Amino acid sequence: MSFQRTQEKLKILADAAKYDVSCSSSGSKRANTNKGLGDATGMGICHSYTEDGRCVSLLKILLTNHCIFDCAYCVTRKSNDVKRAAFKVQEVVDLTINFYRRNYIEGLFLSSGIFKSADYTMERLVAVAKKLRQEENFNGYIHLKSIPGASDELMREAGLYADRLSVNIEIPTEAGLKKLAPDKKREDFIKPMVKVKNEIIQYNAEKKIIKSTPKFAPAGQSTQMIIGASGENDFQIMQTSNHFYKNYNLKRVYYSGYVPISYDSRLPQIGSEVPMLRENRLYQTDWLMRFYGFDVSEILNEKHQNLDLDVDPKLSWALRNLHEFPVDVNTADQRMLARIPGLGMKSVFKIINARRFRKLNWEHLKKIGVALNRAQYFMVCESNQFEKRDLTPEKIKGFILQNSTSKYQKTLSNQLNLFG
Amino acid sequence: MTAKNLIYDGTFDGFLSAVFYVFEHKLKTVTIQNEFTVQQGLFSENETIHTNEAKANRVWKGIKSKLSSQGSYQLYYAFLSEQSGVEDLLLDYIQYTFSQYHKVDKDYSHPSILKIAQIAKSVGREKHRMEAFVRFRLTKDDIYFANIEPDFNVLPLIEKHFKRRYADQKWVIYDIKRNYGMFYDLKNVEVMQMDFPDNFDFTKTNDAFFATQEFEFQKLWQDYFKATNIESRKNMKLHIRHIPKRYWKYLSEKQPI
Ligand code: SF4
Repeated sequence: MSFQRTQEKLKILADAAKYDVSCSSSGSKRANTNKGLGDATGMGICHSYTEDGRCVSLLKILLTNHCIFDCAYCVTRKSNDVKRAAFKVQEVVDLTINFYRRNYIEGLFLSSGIFKSADYTMERLVAVAKKLRQEENFNGYIHLKSIPGASDELMREAGLYADRLSVNIEIPTEAGLKKLAPDKKREDFIKPMVKVKNEIIQYNAEKKIIKSTPKFAPAGQSTQMIIGASGENDFQIMQTSNHFYKNYNLKRVYYSGYVPISYDSRLPQIGSEVPMLRENRLYQTDWLMRFYGFDVSEILNEKHQNLDLDVDPKLSWALRNLHEFPVDVNTADQRMLARIPGLGMKSVFKIINARRFRKLNWEHLKKIGVALNRAQYFMVCESNQFEKRDLTPEKIKGFILQNSTSKYQKTLSNQLNLFG
Repeated sequence: MTAKNLIYDGTFDGFLSAVFYVFEHKLKTVTIQNEFTVQQGLFSENETIHTNEAKANRVWKGIKSKLSSQGSYQLYYAFLSEQSGVEDLLLDYIQYTFSQYHKVDKDYSHPSILKIAQIAKSVGREKHRMEAFVRFRLTKDDIYFANIEPDFNVLPLIEKHFKRRYADQKWVIYDIKRNYGMFYDLKNVEVMQMDFPDNFDFTKTNDAFFATQEFEFQKLWQDYFKATNIESRKNMKLHIRHIPKRYWKYLSEKQPI
């Protein structure tokens, strides 16, 4: 490995890969076998944090930033005037192993621009993973990008070596995709996703019969959408997200606020703000969908197409549905408890446990960790003190915003700081 | 009866031997102190405890049978905090445990139990940090060497993690604050002590000790760390919350290039 060449390539190919926000290295069950190197059981570790506060847990790079496509939102696009580079398969293997041995990383996240063809590119990604597993006896985490349009055969092989596979749909709607990435077809993203989904299902079925069935992408599939590049509203974004969760068994959908990188008139201009707060609201909505029993249409629908920025989506839902409140925490079912603003799922379970022993009052709830400054307007408990005024949604919102030193406000002022 | 001050050798077995002594002599007013940090009490009488593995094991077995597994590891974690006075808290916890019929380790309304749980939690956090922030450097002898300076004595807690993960490389993790380390020789992990030259600078990678390629990989890692940052999303407050500044010293990505 020639140090200087590698250094040059690493700078280019790490820089080009950083806009992919997914960094999770958890959820796999690959243990260290035969005294090899590494272990990917349990929770992934964040070995460092970037100055923007994101977890660094994987070596996240592109194999190459040569690309035959011209997606407007992407720094790697063909028409962009940037330095190009390409790693050799062995170089990526060496970097991964040497970083891993020094406890810098949990593993590798390898993506790539498309050079020559989808299959040609995918073949090389698979070759890296295969080498790591078979020659280096590496048991750390490997996340490969599925190249849109890659063949079923290659996707199958990829899943044998990788812990996670992902295809970024990037643009939430077909119309947006047509406008910004004219070379790409939605079917091309879907195909590898379907293949991986089917393989995972088949693996789970076979595993029940034959214990030694080789693992197939044990940490599942994920995807990413860029937020704020092509004019979609939150309703469209979350509908797409919901569609992918439901139909392709995705583990995660990531939302990435668009970081302006070009003067293309189809896109927000360089210098415009990264929509970080909006990104945060979308993640909260995603959370409500996956863990809080909300149907996406309750939060976003024809009538309500964008998330509020000043309050979180659960509070916003509650304010629009005051007729569902107040909820009695001593009798309500889990579904309703989870809908009280200020109550996380942890608190919900604690309440359900604790109320078996005694009726809960405000003191109890405070100890459990309920954020009473928001919850108080939406619930009653074993106490004759509760909100008795007939408050309008605007009033409640006003009170809560006044009294909260919440992280959302910090995010708000952070956004403003970006201009300061 | 005069107050007793039991002095033990700083090991967990030593501490348990002291606990054994307390029960054996039915002591009421007693404190337990590490021999390195003894403070003479005005009216107490010192008694040196000899570490006795058999007695320690008996106490430990007894404790384990009276606590959930979480309770007994909290106890051990809290011991490793080395906070002054923690031995007396632990003793109180243990005495309370033995005085009750039921398992009590979830009874957070008892002050010592709550306190121990809190201390154990900070020790647990330090353990996770060390698992993340250990940075190995390859020496000329082909050993991956890392020095740490944790707030608490967490080296015994992280051993298993590193042994499982780095099964095919020799490594040393050295706690320079407590002057001992663990050495994995491809088979076992052993506790060891090393003498470093007086002018040895742990934050620098000196070419007298470290392999040539070590510099290259550190440089590559620094480059990687820099390249992966997105300037327009910068948020130093969040950054420092994740990696408090006192840990920066030994993180290669945080060193001036
Ligand atoms: S195909 Fe991928 S790498 Fe190439 S321009 Fe489009 S998004 Fe960028």
